[in-house]
Amino acid sequence: MMKERMNIVIVGHVDHGKSTLVGRLLVDTESLPKGKLEFVKEQCAKNSKPFEYAFLLDALVDEQSQGITIDTARIFFESSQREYIIIDAPGHIEFLKNMISGAARAEAALLLIDADEGIAENSKRHAYMLSLLGIKQIAVVVNKMDLVDYNQNVFNKIKLEYTKYLKSISIEATHFIPVSAREGINLIDISQLTNWYEGASLLEIIDSFTKEKSMDEKPLRIYLQGVYKFDGHKNKKRIYAGSINSGKINVGDKVGFLPSGKSSIVNSVEVYNKSGITSAKTGQAIGLTLEEEIYVNETDLVYKLNESKPSFSDRVLANIFWMGNDPLRSGKSYKLKIGTQKFDVMIEEIQNVLHTADQGEIDSNKLVNKHEAAKCVLKLRNRIPFDLVEQNVHTSRFVIIDKYDIVGGGMIIKNMEDSKPKHAYSDFEIELNQLIRKHFPHWEAKSLEEII
Amino acid sequence: MDNLEKIEAQSIYILREAYRSFDNLAMLWSIGKDSTVLLWLAQKAFLGHVPFPLVHIDTSFKIPEMIEYRDNLVKKFHLSLIVGQNKAALKNKETFPEGNATRLQCCKKLKSEALNKCLSGEWERLRFDHITDQFVIDEDRKAYTGVIVGVRADEEGSRSKERYFSPRDKNADWDVGDQPPEFWNQFKTDFEPNTHIRIHPLLDWTELNIWEYIEREKIPVTNLYFDNGNGKRYRSLGCFPCTHAVESHSRNVTEIITELKSGKFANIAERSGRAQDSEGGGTLETLRREGYM
Repeated sequence: MMKERMNIVIVGHVDHGKSTLVGRLLVDTESLPKGKLEFVKEQCAKNSKPFEYAFLLDALVDEQSQGITIDTARIFFESSQREYIIIDAPGHIEFLKNMISGAARAEAALLLIDADEGIAENSKRHAYMLSLLGIKQIAVVVNKMDLVDYNQNVFNKIKLEYTKYLKSISIEATHFIPVSAREGINLIDISQLTNWYEGASLLEIIDSFTKEKSMDEKPLRIYLQGVYKFDGHKNKKRIYAGSINSGKINVGDKVGFLPSGKSSIVNSVEVYNKSGITSAKTGQAIGLTLEEEIYVNETDLVYKLNESKPSFSDRVLANIFWMGNDPLRSGKSYKLKIGTQKFDVMIEEIQNVLHTADQGEIDSNKLVNKHEAAKCVLKLRNRIPFDLVEQNVHTSRFVIIDKYDIVGGGMIIKNMEDSKPKHAYSDFEIELNQLIRKHFPHWEAKSLEEII
Repeated sequence: MDNLEKIEAQSIYILREAYRSFDNLAMLWSIGKDSTVLLWLAQKAFLGHVPFPLVHIDTSFKIPEMIEYRDNLVKKFHLSLIVGQNKAALKNKETFPEGNATRLQCCKKLKSEALNKCLSGEWERLRFDHITDQFVIDEDRKAYTGVIVGVRADEEGSRSKERYFSPRDKNADWDVGDQPPEFWNQFKTDFEPNTHIRIHPLLDWTELNIWEYIEREKIPVTNLYFDNGNGKRYRSLGCFPCTHAVESHSRNVTEIITELKSGKFANIAERSGRAQDSEGGGTLETLRREGYM
């Protein structure tokens, strides 16, 4: 039986001990390659510096000289329950985009706080980013308890203060645990040094995180990645290729394509080296053939005609977090990429800005700086298909591209098409419209009520 | 879906995104198990057709069975194969086996430099011609600006920090600290003209995953990976002067999996048989910054 795999991210302020924690976990669970620990210890002795567990991860030259994790590293690690990829994300503010890259892959997070130093700027910022990225399982690890003599009051004070902050941004931590990564306290087993702590060990907490629920029961969504028809290919049919974001698909299903607006019926489900496949479900990378070889965009969103359709509009409300060096400005044009589709977008209005490090404080400043988040109205040049974030994360999350770079991420929380400010027509216009419709019906003039 | 199915689907997604986003794409094929799994995934992604050429850098010191296996597979799957080589260095015998270079200098010349010049089109490329069944000089010298590479994050420290889509500058330099963000399956696929991109669809695979997948999909791999009676096999393939066989009695894929899971290799790094890695600290990282894959 193959073990299931889970991605976990470790975040927290710089120097609060993330790399030490991972290093120690690897050693204590015997997940390190043979000789690695001895090798690093020898290296330290050679350069006459004291051994630290963090050195195990700092494989890069740069990193060792600066002493901070500059990019996310993937570390493979195994418990008796599961196989894990631990993503060690940088704590330094300059590297927030790296932290986001790491954290977005995770299904759960460990957020480290230094018991001695207490809650720091990035302790708050990272928690907020985790919630924006959609990570719901967060265990708060109060580290360096050895520096405060495993004092329960220190732990409780941090727990109280931090819970209050998390509540202000609508997050609830799944666990709080006191540890000392350097001394290996409470990582695998619970130590007598914290006999006042009644919870599980860190490894038990990690094993108790649950996998994300399957999206099989949601309406079908597939972002196409291409329509293939290769010369000399033994499969002569036009193949519509993509990965299933949610739902299931069967031969015979009536499917629609957006934005192209076409529709057809699924003729076959194609997987290389396999035949006779008649259905596929969420997560699978497949190819489809259709009853009619219709022309669609190579990145169209596929849905089923008998299920709830994606929204389709050119104006949305979204929560956005910003990573660009240039601030996000209202009135400025960018590209918006959702799934495999790319569109021109203009920031119509910045409704409010949230400085992520503060206590959820809202500001009416109409500029979103690097590392801030905001609620914005986006105006798209054309109508785009999407779902709201509570309906389907895959078809509601997008990135914003400025020139060549991804500078922001966001999720659509509301379709704004129907709430456009209504155009006020004058009494004369309304009267004239009514007269024309009454006396010249063959002009097929629309009623002004329909237009507004 | 189990873990293998998930990482398979993710790799296919990345391959399809790469194909859609970049012209002048090529896939590096070292003949080893990882890039052969990558080749298999490409066949899956494009339903039995690999729509870009495979590039192999022939140092001339490869284990001979590797070349034989390569040519057989190219014919069997009708693949487009491009071969590059540092002819000048070989002619002048500036190599480690001939005593005129350190292992590292040799790697740099026969692999990194040969690869960079082959990709850029500055040096001659050979193309396998399926009609005449032999290699011919490739007339097409356009640069390959997108290169698909089968590196895995679990191989060693620097590879654990790679992105799926990783830009390299004109000197093939890699700025580890300032990499583009990647989240929600959104990758940086917009670049200034002439930027070189490396695409890494296998980042989330471990050595064990590779073998489990080879077993499940029955992917043909070279016999060098198996003990053919002398109690030795290769765990990682390279040039014969610098790659050593390991002591092992695994005769097939299933036995390799058992060995990796519970046997004597459970905690020993895969590249331990590669001599160039242990020449001083940060060696592979230094090579990789200069374009080594």
